[in-house]
Amino acid sequence: MFDYRNSAFMFVMGAVVALFVTIQSLVFLKKAWNEGLNKGLEKEKMQRAVLSSAVFTLVPSLSILLTMLTLSGALGLALPWIRLSVIGAVTYELPAAEAAAQATGASLAEAGVPLDVFSVIVWVMTLGIMSGPIFIIAYFKKLQSRVNKIKVEDNRWGTLLIAAMFVGLISSFLGSALAGGLVSIFTLLTSAVIMVICIQLEQKAGLKIFRDFALPLSMVGAMAMAIVFAGLLGG
Amino acid sequence: MTRINENSLSYDVAIHRIGRIWMSVALLVILSVPLAISVHYKVWPAAGSLLGGLLPIMMIYVPIGIIEVITFSPMLGSGATYLAFTTGNLTNLKVPCALNAMEIADIEPGSSQGEIISTIAVATSSLVTNLVLVIGVLLFVQLTPVLASPLLQPAFENILPALFGALGYLYISKNWKLAVVPVTLMIIIFILVPTAPVGILIPVSALSAIAAARFMYNKKMI
Repeated sequence: MFDYRNSAFMFVMGAVVALFVTIQSLVFLKKAWNEGLNKGLEKEKMQRAVLSSAVFTLVPSLSILLTMLTLSGALGLALPWIRLSVIGAVTYELPAAEAAAQATGASLAEAGVPLDVFSVIVWVMTLGIMSGPIFIIAYFKKLQSRVNKIKVEDNRWGTLLIAAMFVGLISSFLGSALAGGLVSIFTLLTSAVIMVICIQLEQKAGLKIFRDFALPLSMVGAMAMAIVFAGLLGG
Repeated sequence: MTRINENSLSYDVAIHRIGRIWMSVALLVILSVPLAISVHYKVWPAAGSLLGGLLPIMMIYVPIGIIEVITFSPMLGSGATYLAFTTGNLTNLKVPCALNAMEIADIEPGSSQGEIISTIAVATSSLVTNLVLVIGVLLFVQLTPVLASPLLQPAFENILPALFGALGYLYISKNWKLAVVPVTLMIIIFILVPTAPVGILIPVSALSAIAAARFMYNKKMI
């Protein structure tokens, strides 16, 4: 039987989207790199940013890959690949697909949804996440100039404002993790402890590598310990 | 005006121009996927099902999408914002990645050099994720049993605590006074409503942090 979800047509679309995102990333990378050189940023600093970002990205990317594999049972491989290559997130795609399936009376638990359901799911997953990009096209420039104005008027407050926003972001995830059960709490604490160890190794022993890769090391170490904690605590 | 300031200004103008163009084209590319599927397979969604699926999702994700732009763009800067909002996975990947890169480079988020490092970080991150997904598509059969093994599930289920534990230490140790109010508020909310969606609480947490920061700033406590 013809599998429309995994047809050559779907994979060609996946390849086009992946190619588009790759080209856009390379254009922005080149633009920023050249501007960095213009602004007198050391090449070494930018190279470190590339390397540390590439290494850091590997683990969260595996989690994104896992979401792709999870969705592939009902939706085939190509659509989750397309959706997870563009705006959206692991936390969005699954609920969006499930809500769309439910609206048709189907379920993602089915191995291979019918074509009419598939069509509803594709449209819902795509349209449901458009608000951010549309808002950016319409208002981002204005928003950015307002933030810049705050920084020009009172630079100290402008810096504090950005720091407060980020602390707010982190706090919401800390709160979620701390209320998320013992495995979650111990994983969070382990990650923080490994970060402290990395900072100490960098500062006391001068091992620069622990500064550049502190975050991926903390993540991988804490995730490995989550397996141990789950085994011990039954989480 | 110095030459560097002139350059910064022209970069700023240019990045908004190319950012808007790329983002508009990206929207067309993204929208062309469901359109192409409907045309190619000659199957269009029934209006009732489409609205039934779209309404609950849009009620949550339209405000989240707008709030994410307002919250993340000052940290990311212009170039990284245009790119990150095309390639997605912001809270779990792009934003931490950009902030980590700026931290390693000893550069303040929101500064003109931060703009550069942040864009480089988000672009690199997008390329790597893209590559990982392509490898995943090519090696689907071999990777599925490994990644989906029950042994690894607790690790993937706890990826956010594993990420935000380290990031939390890094930033809260530097700005602990800013963190007291939002962390306390979030813990209380999550204890009272454990299933509360983090996406909706990010702006609540950020607003409480900003209000507390403003209060302490006015009182010269920070």
